[in-house]
Amino acid sequence: MTKKKDLHIIVTIKQVPDTHEVRIDPKTNSLIREGVPSIVNPEDLNAVEAALQLREKHGGSITIITMGPPQAEDALAEALAMGADRAVLLTDRAFAGADTLVTAFTLSRVIRKLDAFQLIICGRQAIDGDTAQVGPQLAGFLNIPQVTYATKLARKDSILTAERSLEDTMETVQVKLPALVTVTGDINQPRNMSLYNIIDACSGSRITRWQAKDLDVPHDMLGLSSLRIAHLGEKNLHARAAEKGDDYPRQ
Amino acid sequence: MDFELTKQQKLARHLSRDFAQQEREPRAQELDATMEFPREALKKMAGLGFMGISIPKEYGGAGLDTVSYTLIIEELARACASTAIIVAVHNSVCAYPIHLLGTEEQKQKYLIPLARGQKLGAFALTEPNAGSDPASMETTAELQGKHYILNGTKIFITSGSSADIVIVMASTDRARRGRGITSFIVEKGLKGFSVGKKEDKLGIRGSDTCELIFENCAVPVENVLGSPGEGLTSAFTTLDTGRIGVGAQALGVAQAALDESVRYSKERKQFGKPLANFQAIQWMIADMATEIAAARFLVHRAAWLKDQGRPFSTEGSMAKLYASEVAMRAALKAVQIHGGYGCMKDYKVERFLRDAKVIEIAHLCAIFSGFAKF
Repeated sequence: MTKKKDLHIIVTIKQVPDTHEVRIDPKTNSLIREGVPSIVNPEDLNAVEAALQLREKHGGSITIITMGPPQAEDALAEALAMGADRAVLLTDRAFAGADTLVTAFTLSRVIRKLDAFQLIICGRQAIDGDTAQVGPQLAGFLNIPQVTYATKLARKDSILTAERSLEDTMETVQVKLPALVTVTGDINQPRNMSLYNIIDACSGSRITRWQAKDLDVPHDMLGLSSLRIAHLGEKNLHARAAEKGDDYPRQ
Repeated sequence: MDFELTKQQKLARHLSRDFAQQEREPRAQELDATMEFPREALKKMAGLGFMGISIPKEYGGAGLDTVSYTLIIEELARACASTAIIVAVHNSVCAYPIHLLGTEEQKQKYLIPLARGQKLGAFALTEPNAGSDPASMETTAELQGKHYILNGTKIFITSGSSADIVIVMASTDRARRGRGITSFIVEKGLKGFSVGKKEDKLGIRGSDTCELIFENCAVPVENVLGSPGEGLTSAFTTLDTGRIGVGAQALGVAQAALDESVRYSKERKQFGKPLANFQAIQWMIADMATEIAAARFLVHRAAWLKDQGRPFSTEGSMAKLYASEVAMRAALKAVQIHGGYGCMKDYKVERFLRDAKVIEIAHLCAIFSGFAKF
């Protein structure tokens, strides 16, 4: 039974190439991605751990979301084996090639389809792109407050208190839920997966798979197809959204 | 034909590799030096399901298949062979036979705490005059009313002093030799059951190996595991499974020897270039890698046969025999590649060689029993 004090948390994660294993092609100076193992982005594991700790304290549930090729399901299985309750895999050719803005927009549309949440936790940034943009952009699209670079989280009723690690200073802020936080690798030590969770994590029953058609968003606002617009400038994306009567929000 | 691991198996390998490399590998050298039993680590592993890998969930286990079991044991052994052996013995020759042969009451009382890791398990068959030839066992169990009275001495018992629950083989009818042996579930603390000499071993030093002494030890009749007189038959079934686990331990040590050899031969420079550039070293590494791959197929095939419910005794014996000899050869080559440094305790390969030799000798009796079927 859902209690009022329960905390429903969404964690967004990304499957990335293990940069320890990436080699450079001496001829082209580009990354050799073939045969490079994929891992869950390290700070996203910190995000999962932060969610697990909050759930242990306050009850509630954890939903993991990732967008990627079908094998990104492995990343979800890992988060489920750590103890998350359920997961959503967004996989479709139409999503391919999305930059951070389009990714955040797509994630925001998924989150609107899910049950009400109080908190979204993201890793600070992914080791393959290092942009640290998706979390803040997602908060923008959902029109909720955001706290970035968190190294400590505590929740009391509808208030979340977070310590933020800035370049040369620490800052403590309070934010009213629902909100989005991004966490750094310093916030915790992600727990090990448990063998007890493996069967459930791999059974597929905890994972919902959605394609572009499930999201009720015009295809040309997803993936690479929207980038032809995006690279002209964010203004055009908004203008185009307005034209379509869609609510592509300003950040 | 399919050589691909399932999602579950891959995740089990990933999980145990992460855990073993983070938590066990950094402590392996210390464990070897101090012979200190890794009690704290086992507590943590219990919470993660390592103590009931193939035991069904309703009895407190993780419910995984035998192939996953071999992957997990291999990854543990790759980091710390002592940890792997404690876990393998507990799972395969203590928890598993209770799952296989135990009454519902025995499962509730013993299997659940074993699978949850609240209790540690051991298995006692070997005696000073009956190791590879278990039918000439001298430990006796005499029925007196509602108890069997056990007398005798077991030796070389893995986790002997640390275990809470031991499966003990004793002769209930010496005239019938192999057909007169019965298994008992014996709890630590029972009057007349004591731990004797703790061995100081060549390798696998973090796992304690002890003598167990039974002096008029009264074991309740309800603690007979399986049917009286069928102890040896059940022991052979159990050891068949155990042997797959020993093969997996051997694989782990062999893989660790290969890992260290590759790392060292890339780092170490002689005559102005890394060792890895010399063909003599490349040949050794190629042989190691090839043999390990072959051993892994044997181990996985035996585990797969068991998961299919098909006979696997011969295949399990082959897997154990070959994998443990591969581990020995790989460890020898690894020491060779490291040269003088390979003889020093500061280098892991010195430990691998000692661990590999113990694994090669362990479960020897089972090899005879397995191959006796040819």
